[in-house]
Amino acid sequence: MINETLVELSRWQFAITALFHFLFVPLTIGMTWILVIMESVYVMTGREIYRDMTKFWGKLFGINFAIGVTTGLTMEFQFGTNWAYYSHYVGDVFGAPLAIEGLMAFFLESTLVGMFFLSWDRLSKRQHLMVTFFMAIGTNLSALWILIANAWMQNPVGSEFNYQTMRMEMTSFSEIVFNPVAQVKFIHTVSAGYVAGSMFVLGISSYYLLKGRDIAFAKRSFSVAAGFGLASVLSVILLGDESGYEVGDVQKVKLAAIEAEWETEPAPAAFTLIGLPDSENRHTDYALKIPYALGIIATRSLDKEVPGIADLQALSLEKIRLGMVAYKYLVLLRNDQRSAENIAQFEKYKQYLGYGLLLKRYTEQVVDASEEQIQAAARDTIPPVAPLFFSFRIMVACGIAMLLIFALSFYYNAKRQITEKRWLLRAALYGIPLPWIAIETGWFVAEFGRQPWAISEVLPTFLATSNLAVSDVLISMIGFIIFYSILAVIEFWLMFKFARLGPSSLHTGRYHFERNTQPSPGMHSHI
Amino acid sequence: MFDYETLKLIWWLLIGFLFIGFAITDGMDMGVGTLLPFIAKNDTQRRVVINSIGPHWDGNQVWFITAAASLFAAWPPVYGTAFSSFYFAMMLVLFALFLRPVGFDYRSKIDDPTWRNNWDWAIFVGSSVPPVVFGIAIGNLFLGAPFVFDQFLRVTYSGSFFALFHPFALLCAVVSLAMIVMQGAIWLQLRADYVIADRAPKIVTVACVFLLLAFGAAGLWLTQLDGYLLSAISDINAQPDLLNKTVIKVQGSWLNNYSVMPWTIALPIAAVLFCLLATTLSRVHKAGWAILCSSLMLASIISTAAFSLFPFILPSSSALSSSLTIWDAVSSEKTLNIMLIVVAIFIPLILAYTSWCYVKMWRRVTIAEITANSHSAY
Repeated sequence: MINETLVELSRWQFAITALFHFLFVPLTIGMTWILVIMESVYVMTGREIYRDMTKFWGKLFGINFAIGVTTGLTMEFQFGTNWAYYSHYVGDVFGAPLAIEGLMAFFLESTLVGMFFLSWDRLSKRQHLMVTFFMAIGTNLSALWILIANAWMQNPVGSEFNYQTMRMEMTSFSEIVFNPVAQVKFIHTVSAGYVAGSMFVLGISSYYLLKGRDIAFAKRSFSVAAGFGLASVLSVILLGDESGYEVGDVQKVKLAAIEAEWETEPAPAAFTLIGLPDSENRHTDYALKIPYALGIIATRSLDKEVPGIADLQALSLEKIRLGMVAYKYLVLLRNDQRSAENIAQFEKYKQYLGYGLLLKRYTEQVVDASEEQIQAAARDTIPPVAPLFFSFRIMVACGIAMLLIFALSFYYNAKRQITEKRWLLRAALYGIPLPWIAIETGWFVAEFGRQPWAISEVLPTFLATSNLAVSDVLISMIGFIIFYSILAVIEFWLMFKFARLGPSSLHTGRYHFERNTQPSPGMHSHI
Repeated sequence: MFDYETLKLIWWLLIGFLFIGFAITDGMDMGVGTLLPFIAKNDTQRRVVINSIGPHWDGNQVWFITAAASLFAAWPPVYGTAFSSFYFAMMLVLFALFLRPVGFDYRSKIDDPTWRNNWDWAIFVGSSVPPVVFGIAIGNLFLGAPFVFDQFLRVTYSGSFFALFHPFALLCAVVSLAMIVMQGAIWLQLRADYVIADRAPKIVTVACVFLLLAFGAAGLWLTQLDGYLLSAISDINAQPDLLNKTVIKVQGSWLNNYSVMPWTIALPIAAVLFCLLATTLSRVHKAGWAILCSSLMLASIISTAAFSLFPFILPSSSALSSSLTIWDAVSSEKTLNIMLIVVAIFIPLILAYTSWCYVKMWRRVTIAEITANSHSAY
């Protein structure tokens, strides 16, 4: 029988380690391009300050990168250690993009990152710029392959269940690579990383401007971040909308849950801006609705319906019944009763096998499930609505706030009035956490919204775990929490220390804290 | 392109290749990290040691990550079974590995003796624990692990963490640690300031003695140990059927492959010869040739282990037919084919740009250099 505690702990451990890892990855993704931009300007103009910018922001990038690499190792191990049945069941499909990520992307990124830091004196300007550029390419390709793997979990195309090997097997590599979910997810996610990088540079530069030190350095950094950030935040929002459309197409349950659309509304459906979803009574209190908006976002039309939770659950019920038939034949086939008749029947129903497996939570035999158990399994196909509803809205709100900050920063920077707009500089500084809140809630919406599935409609999460003892996972999880907390404290401490110190940490003798002996008037008169 | 059987064999070689790449490159870094607190007497010397691998440790570590990911892609049941069965051993490796990237990167960022000293020991743990655990894991591949698959191929492991510390496995751990220490020491002889480089030959000699004794003892032990023998398996070119085979336990059968293909005895002999050669070259200060020989030694030792196990990857001691072999614990033909194409394209590229980086950064890291670049070096 399924051990629910083990499943819960395994999920918690994965969520904790993934969310923690994902605090550092987006900044890496975004910062690499910002470094490329700064260094390109240096190579083109030959002005030292741009080299200093590349080196200083590179220093902060390095502090972040080290912990990103460290926590990434966990993700690499964890499918095997804690999700052994998942590894067996889908490794034939899911393992490939992960291995390709290593070969094509992570190798490139990691080989060059050491060069980025240590080869300034050993390479020509152009060669070093190429190193930085390919490091950025590697980082972004890495995101691409990880998201191709993740998109397959959301929308498992290009694959088929094989009863002989008892697993999903690849039928079309190109379908997996060109999974429409993968494409929108990739651009949405890397753009979110670019926004995180931009916000980071924008906020810290604002801090220097507010303090009135290293003005020339801070202004130039601010300009790069404002321009890159504005373009990126527009891309995030646009692709976020596009992924709303994709979700509406392939993950109707997730969409209905995010929108708390309890019943199918007549087309075009209204979008619930905010409200209090009540799962018990399947109703949203105090709902503030925008007419037509959901229909347009999800179907790109005015006449197509967006199915509601009640209808989707009824649909699941049907699929579970068909899944029981699939499971019945699977058992016969696994017991070597491989008559042509049995094979044909299994092939006919096997697309519903995943729904049959949902019953494993209630009965080992599946085929003997009572009506009550079938109903319960159908209810399980709807993820908890309120957490999705709110996280999604928090993500969107952060996105809009950042759009405002970047747009205003870009505008006043272009008008050369940025140093006078102290309120905006303050908003940029205190707005630094915004991209992280958006990114973490976004991850939650994408992955929690996929529940109860590990692989959508193929493999339920509760079946995907390793057969471990509860104490095993508990011990490792406590270990992760302790270790990660210590790492986080060290990382934040270093990050704050060097961010406060600013470009003076380069020890070039040109920046604020190194000038106490020979002050140059006007540059740091505010302190 | 290739038939399924050939593909399976190619993937066995490729996984072996990736692990050898890991041992030669990241193993070297682990050797350097293991020696860090002992071979360097003060802060600047320690920085010399770290900076000798500074530009490369991160890229080198990807050999390990890629090897593990390739296990996932090419041998999914092995990845799931080994990682979940050896749960705490893997966690130990993982937590140890955490210490290295942050250790290298954060250590010299703060100018404080306690801070730096603590990180040095963190790097030592992060560098020495993984090879010991890997050695123990390899030992347990020979011993077999108690796991069983049910009819839906869900695996259950019934062993314990402490059962992994079998004396034979500990012997393998000695081999593993000694070989990476040797590789690390020779690297320092080649690339670190002479103050440190001159201490290397002695370490190499000691490592060589431990290595040969443990390697020899492990070989002798294998004649007494119950090995696993694949006595029957269904069509290798058909769909892999993980439970449909017959495995028997026979004393000394891990050495059977050498009587079936006598020329393969060259593998363990090469391991011993390259070990002696690397040591001699190190002692006569030909570090460049010595690192070549010790790399070949690593390749020979890993090949010896893999070939002795062939066609097994991880035998099951409690349910013999659940044993994982290179014939049935593999991905589909399509996946293996696609991944082979990917590997054929990217491994040459990786070797090319990695070599470029090594060439560009090639120099002896001196104490003077560290003192001059105190704020930008690791």
